[in-house]
Amino acid sequence: MSTAAATHDDHHDHHHAPTGLKRWLFSTNHKDIGTLYLWFSFAMFLVGGFMAMVIRAELLEPGMQFVDPEFFNQMTTVHGLVMVFGAVMPATVGLANWMIPLMIGAPDMALPRMNNWSFWILPFAFGILIFAVLMSAFGAGNPSAPNFGWTFYAPLSTKYGPASTDLFILSVHMMGISSIMGAINVVVTVFNMRAPGMTMMKMPLFVWTWLITAFLLIAVIPVLAGVVTMMLTDRHFGTSFFDAAGGGDPVLFQHVFWFFGHPEVYIMILPSFGIVSAIIPAFARKPLFGYASMVYATASIALLSFVVWAHHMFTVGMPLAGTLFFMYMTMLISVPTGVKVFNWVATMWRGSMTFELPMKWAIAFVVLFTCGGLSGLMLAITPVDFQYHDTYFVVAHFHYVLVTGAIFSIFAAAYYWLPKWSGVMPSKLLGELHFWNSLISANLLFFPMHFVGLAGMPRRYADYALQFADYNFWISIGGFWFGLSQVIFLVVAVRCAMKKGEPAPAKPWEGAEGLEWEVPSPAPFHTFDTPPVIK
Amino acid sequence: MQSTLFHRAAAGLTSLMISGMTFASDWTERSNLDLRPGVTEVSQEIQDLHTTVLWIVTVIGLLVFGLIVISMIRHRRSKNPNPATFHENVFLEVLWTVIPFVILIAMAVPATRVLVQLDDTAESELTVKVTGYRWKWSYEYLTYEDDNDIGVSFFSNMTTPPEQYNNPVLSGGLFPYGTAKELVGKEAPEKNHDYQLSVDNKLIIPSGQKVRFLVTSDDVIHSFWVPDFGGKKDAIPGFVNETWALVPEGKEGTYYGQCAELCGKNHAFMPIAVEVVTQDDFKVWIAEEKEKAASGPDLTPFSGLDQAMEEGQQVYATACALCHGANGEGGIGLPFAGSDFATKSEHLNEHIDVLVNGRAAMPAFKAQLTPRQIAAVITYERNAFGNDTGDLIQPADVNDHE
Repeated sequence: MSTAAATHDDHHDHHHAPTGLKRWLFSTNHKDIGTLYLWFSFAMFLVGGFMAMVIRAELLEPGMQFVDPEFFNQMTTVHGLVMVFGAVMPATVGLANWMIPLMIGAPDMALPRMNNWSFWILPFAFGILIFAVLMSAFGAGNPSAPNFGWTFYAPLSTKYGPASTDLFILSVHMMGISSIMGAINVVVTVFNMRAPGMTMMKMPLFVWTWLITAFLLIAVIPVLAGVVTMMLTDRHFGTSFFDAAGGGDPVLFQHVFWFFGHPEVYIMILPSFGIVSAIIPAFARKPLFGYASMVYATASIALLSFVVWAHHMFTVGMPLAGTLFFMYMTMLISVPTGVKVFNWVATMWRGSMTFELPMKWAIAFVVLFTCGGLSGLMLAITPVDFQYHDTYFVVAHFHYVLVTGAIFSIFAAAYYWLPKWSGVMPSKLLGELHFWNSLISANLLFFPMHFVGLAGMPRRYADYALQFADYNFWISIGGFWFGLSQVIFLVVAVRCAMKKGEPAPAKPWEGAEGLEWEVPSPAPFHTFDTPPVIK
Repeated sequence: MQSTLFHRAAAGLTSLMISGMTFASDWTERSNLDLRPGVTEVSQEIQDLHTTVLWIVTVIGLLVFGLIVISMIRHRRSKNPNPATFHENVFLEVLWTVIPFVILIAMAVPATRVLVQLDDTAESELTVKVTGYRWKWSYEYLTYEDDNDIGVSFFSNMTTPPEQYNNPVLSGGLFPYGTAKELVGKEAPEKNHDYQLSVDNKLIIPSGQKVRFLVTSDDVIHSFWVPDFGGKKDAIPGFVNETWALVPEGKEGTYYGQCAELCGKNHAFMPIAVEVVTQDDFKVWIAEEKEKAASGPDLTPFSGLDQAMEEGQQVYATACALCHGANGEGGIGLPFAGSDFATKSEHLNEHIDVLVNGRAAMPAFKAQLTPRQIAAVITYERNAFGNDTGDLIQPADVNDHE
């Protein structure tokens, strides 16, 4: 350790803060890498959002007006992939990079060079995926981009997949490598670099939820890598994992995919739980209710997430006993999730609340995530799921959980920590506009999806029967409105990056707690070179 | 069916909520916001279960949101400047772990009962094998009452005409492909009320008898779903799934459904239409169909190239144009116009073989088209789009092909 410390000091003397392109390309600083992750994820959010606009434009009216059904499928596929792997996941990794060292009093992430690599893989991974879309868009659909849905079920993605499926496989492998490295970095940092006195049960809940998320990532991303590799060998090397004609089974694909896919859902939402558990106490000016039970609830959700995967596949024809097992386990998940929601409400109860922007987003998260959770409970009831499955009801459910859930909490985090990151307060006026427009439009966009789903409209439909027309019109209007509202955030973020706005004090929020507020705003390039003392 | 006080209260409240909207017995009518009750006993039990669960989650939701709203009003800084400091309460925490658990058990019991009932495909009187194809369904009648050698089967294609769904507003880029290009800027004809749902051959089943569906697929995964029968079942290539429906007597009529698992380009264009008829009508119909099926394929040779070309053109439009382009320019499938495959004589036998037996993503058409249709369409492909081979393929050539 002493040699490492010496080299580090040495390194300091030569150049303090690199500038220009080099600063970003070769950065090993957790704050710069966090910033890169956050900008990247927001760029991907806009790219994926643009694809959603194409989808909603096509569904505005019955009939095919703007794109071919084949290109429509490419849009739904890449929209899902970009949003899951490009927007939500990197955003939470960005938050982890920025905040975990600050929250536990560490000078940086434990493995800074790997940190650099795990970020810089991502632009290439998504470059490959988006290249496939551009080829399709400029080649009049030939060759086609991946068109089999973000769940890429075999044999649609194997025997029947377009040539670009191989680009998709390569891209997913790269995203996976990036995620695993990022996760290892979090685990090592949290276990080894906490300031003296920062015991596990004193860690902020955001650190806890991310630690558990990191274990989920390490456990399931290799399964994703496995399933795409099996696809690759099925496509090119004569294996028949997913081809019944060669003794394989297309349903095996779904089992392997969802063994990754269900924990993946929690990978996207657990960090949100941590964010909201930081923000609500800060603005209620009252300690988080049930800290220990929050930790245990997060851990139980993570464990249960490994035994519920087949609830995505109730209609594939499983034996009765299997179906019952997965139904009961899925229903059980609502218990720890409920505990979390009740804890947040109890934290607000008899507090002294003010409603600054981060709190607005956090409360919207609690309410709308709960809506998504409750429709999730409905989906768990298997006989009824036979009707809901693969309809817009499911689309409504997971967009409530992921957009008004995960993404709203990421906005909450951005407004909460932007003063720390940039040194200026985000514009209140623009922030309010962004919040209210997003809140109303997201509900106009996603709530009627419940109704068209119940009425029987299947998902991933490029065109629909006439009885679904009215709802789809309003859903599309909500979609365009929500899409435009996000441009407001772009302005907010750019203004902060350009240091335009009121200068932020070290602790801009009266009730905020935690080590991150003990360093100046903006946080200096190096923080906690000497570990802080935890009481 | 259970009829507890709760069920009745829930049903009453629901009908209050949706009063003023017509009960949608016809699927093409405007739906009533809620899950469709359907026509079978099972679909109605599913709807009851849905109503029960919906009310439970609504009450839980309102409770939680109510508390949040009360807290936001009463516990804001202007009203409550000094926050409380409590941060745990063992009694409360145990309570809100145990109560949800009890509610879950209350939901799991009826759910399990309906699930067990749904799983029971025994003692069916009619068995139909349903096969999903990209992008159509085929129905094969296997057994009916004591007859287990019916041998009736047919394909069911969507009949909504392309000019109704191709309404392009842009002329370049991604849309439109092929003939749709000619439609840019043209006024679209009015859409039929059964737009996207009408088919050429409906699946016909009797009322009052349990029908077992054996669901499978020829290519990718599809999902067989008629909402009014309650629930869907995936059609998986290489595997056979079972599901069943019993439409009560007096509920004869047409019921619609759509494919519910992404299966490629025309996923949204492969509807299911089921006509439920009385048992007497069904017996008459199935007897007629059996007779037709028994007479074997028509192998009369074409009188000349013109006759084959004329018949081939029609077959091409319904069976081939979607993938190979209306002018043989290609698309998902290979092009014919000027291609070696469709013009060189050494590929003729291969051409027949690919149509009869399929190759990679190209499906085998042996089961979908008659030998006469296959012969006509091959003749057409080799003599249209500027191709000029003069090849005339006769129905017998195709029928003899293994």
